[in-house]
Amino acid sequence: MKNTTNVIEMRHIVKDFNGFKANNDINLTLQKGEILALLGENGAGKSTLMNILSGLLTPSAGEIVVRGKKVTIKNPTIAKKLGIGMVHQHFMLMDSFTVLENIILGHEVTKGIRLDFKKAQQEIKELSQRYNLNVDPLKKVSEITVAQQQRVEILKILYRGADIMIFDEPTAVLTPQEITEFIQILHGLANEGKSIILITHKLEEIKQVADRVSVIRAGKSVGNFKVADVSNNRLAELMVGRHVNMQLDKAPAIIGKTILKVANLNVKNKQNIPALKGLSFNLRAGEILGIAGIDGNGQDELVQALTGLTHIDSGHVLINDQETTNQEVRKITEKGVSCIPADRQKFGLILPFSIADNLAIQSYYKKPYSHHHVLNHDLIKQHAQKLVSQFDIRTTGVESPVSDLSGGNQQKVIIARELSRDSNLIIAFQPTRGLDVGAIEYIHHQLLAQRAKGKAILLISYELDEIMQLSDRIIVLHDGNISGEVKPDDTSDKELGLLMTGVKKEGTTFA
Amino acid sequence: MLKVTSKTKQNLVLIISILAGFLVGAVIMLVWSYNPLQAYSSMFMSALGNMNGLGETIREATPLIFTAIGFAIASNAGFFNIGLPGQAQAGWLTSIWLVLANPNMPKFVLLPLAIVAGIIAGAIVAGIAGWLRAQFGTNEVITTIMFNYIVLYSSQYLMQQIMPSRLRIDTDTTKTISANGSLKINWLSSMFGDSRINAGIFLAIIAVFLYWYLMKKTTIGFEIRSVGTNPFASRYAGMSTKKNIILSMLLSGGFAGLGGVVQGLGTYQNYFTQTTSLDIGWDGLSVALLGGGTAVGILLAALLFSILKIGGLGMQTIAGIPYEIVSIVIAAIIFFVAIQYVIGLLFKDKGSTPDIEKVSHITEGEQ
Repeated sequence: MKNTTNVIEMRHIVKDFNGFKANNDINLTLQKGEILALLGENGAGKSTLMNILSGLLTPSAGEIVVRGKKVTIKNPTIAKKLGIGMVHQHFMLMDSFTVLENIILGHEVTKGIRLDFKKAQQEIKELSQRYNLNVDPLKKVSEITVAQQQRVEILKILYRGADIMIFDEPTAVLTPQEITEFIQILHGLANEGKSIILITHKLEEIKQVADRVSVIRAGKSVGNFKVADVSNNRLAELMVGRHVNMQLDKAPAIIGKTILKVANLNVKNKQNIPALKGLSFNLRAGEILGIAGIDGNGQDELVQALTGLTHIDSGHVLINDQETTNQEVRKITEKGVSCIPADRQKFGLILPFSIADNLAIQSYYKKPYSHHHVLNHDLIKQHAQKLVSQFDIRTTGVESPVSDLSGGNQQKVIIARELSRDSNLIIAFQPTRGLDVGAIEYIHHQLLAQRAKGKAILLISYELDEIMQLSDRIIVLHDGNISGEVKPDDTSDKELGLLMTGVKKEGTTFA
Repeated sequence: MLKVTSKTKQNLVLIISILAGFLVGAVIMLVWSYNPLQAYSSMFMSALGNMNGLGETIREATPLIFTAIGFAIASNAGFFNIGLPGQAQAGWLTSIWLVLANPNMPKFVLLPLAIVAGIIAGAIVAGIAGWLRAQFGTNEVITTIMFNYIVLYSSQYLMQQIMPSRLRIDTDTTKTISANGSLKINWLSSMFGDSRINAGIFLAIIAVFLYWYLMKKTTIGFEIRSVGTNPFASRYAGMSTKKNIILSMLLSGGFAGLGGVVQGLGTYQNYFTQTTSLDIGWDGLSVALLGGGTAVGILLAALLFSILKIGGLGMQTIAGIPYEIVSIVIAAIIFFVAIQYVIGLLFKDKGSTPDIEKVSHITEGEQ
């Protein structure tokens, strides 16, 4: 807000998909050098709006003015020419290419028919220094951290000459320390005159980074505010359209007997490298055990080992005092284990299948849902209808494909399926990933309700806030083992952040 | 652009695709100075215009229905079973051999036995590929292609070296099977102008129904479809991917083997040395893809194929068009049906854009 020229004005934007208005008369302005937060629930139309701006979609009505000139952004090439660049939530990088190759891809500097790597490298070096984006340009993308990959994405759009930058949920994959650095990078970019749109769900972040915030709900603009003038609670309300209780009412835990016992677990990852190195912990009934840690420190392997999806090299898993080490998935499930997988579309759902079928994939083989291998479709549908109303899944019908649902409702399908089975052990792996405030609130309440019923809950999450809010105990996973155990009440983000990077807590017995 | 509802669009697109294929075929014939009208009328007259032609068309479609179902089952499980020719051939040889070796067995024992043996033979050939895939992750495209050669030349060896000479006319041809092991029904043949139509078509109709029932109504089909659509979620839900891979390949090969049985016990009444992989295998693959893997789609696509094949013979014999041109015309028609998607772009769904699928994926990504 150093300067009040509008670099972008989107006026009365409408995007109609087959009668469904994903965007319905949205207005948005972006000023030069400012950071604008775009806030909204899943399916509110944020991504549609940004896809329109970056040329992936064309609006059904409305106009776009870029730097005072009316434009039609028919395709991404035009957006690029207008200096609009987007950093997607899922990075679009080639793992086996170097950082340099990834950045110049599609914009190669050539000398005759040869690539002029030297010149490109020089330009990239200048850009990294100017914006404080340190990455080694000669390393392969597969060798660098997620935070560094994000910097590569930023360099990529800077290299293409973007001065209007869109970030889609950029901090979802970062640790607290990395987020701090990222925020500095954002401020640096804005100070250099870049105009930034930040798509986010995290209200705290908006407070820290953005100058203004634009809220959309159900395809409509709900309001534009100066961040300084509006409270978090007010923003949450605007976004969801009703009062949101951000504070969870957590009753004291009533701890029962040990449900899950993990002893000296050793598991290798897909590349056959040890991923869990002698991990041991217990989980008792009525308790939520949070597992914090940076992505890739053994979380995937832990969940797979507990559910029977991967081979356990040594060590034991006991569920309800029964050995389940290296048993078949279904045998483990039937011992009373429910699992909410991290990647709902890959592991949790069969997207083209109907909602009813997806709700039945853990029970279809049992009576009364099938008899002598013949499915009872009517009963499966009835059961689905019951769950749809009980878990408030917003859908037109249980026979529509689950891919038609929004992310939050897809997650509710999984939650409904897993929690309705009355299992003693609930493994919740990133249960709220990519969901909006309303859906997160819902899922957190569901998990707490299970806790109150005396279920044992293992919560594995990369979201520290979630771990801090829900857990009764927290263990931090680093490099396949525990780097510390803390209580949420007497720890801080900073301490957890350090434990996550492997700095061990003094006096812990886990070494 | 025309605006229509999606149902009308589907039908219109199919009709236009077929017409476009015929039109291109006509142009090809005009270029080589043949009369397309005469050619097409002889095509339809010979395929559908008389009882004998109709019978032959149905007969031609019968094995294709089985091999197409075979392909579709594997495809449901996420596999590309390209070994249908070998599996069908195994079924053909096995059933003929069994019937020839037991000429005096009563029909109600011999015929079902021969059919089951043929099914098992096809299932074993496909099952090995399935087992290799499940156990070692071997690519089923390569193994099933190789099995086509293995079956092709093993059959030659079995015919020439192992089969007792009393069952053969010469080293390349077996004797004709007895009526006890035949699918031939005399009244049916005479009703259709002494064509080779046989009981296979009834089996085929039952098979189409079974295929639909298996896939849509049973836990077996549910698991096969789940594993084929999303193996990760299926494993997570406790389904055994290995079991389903092997099972689906056994079923797939079984149906393909049945296609061979019908070809042997129905159409030819004997077995003779094959020099190339069986057409019914390759055509079954096309039929399944053309029919979109649905039960009704397979039935209709098999009929289209057989009309073109039988009609193609008529084009040669009645209109005097060379075999090569006929093949080009038939290929053009199938080509246009196969690229329906492109034709579909000419239409606009009511209130939507033609690239609606791409668009909805983009919006789904919102999270």
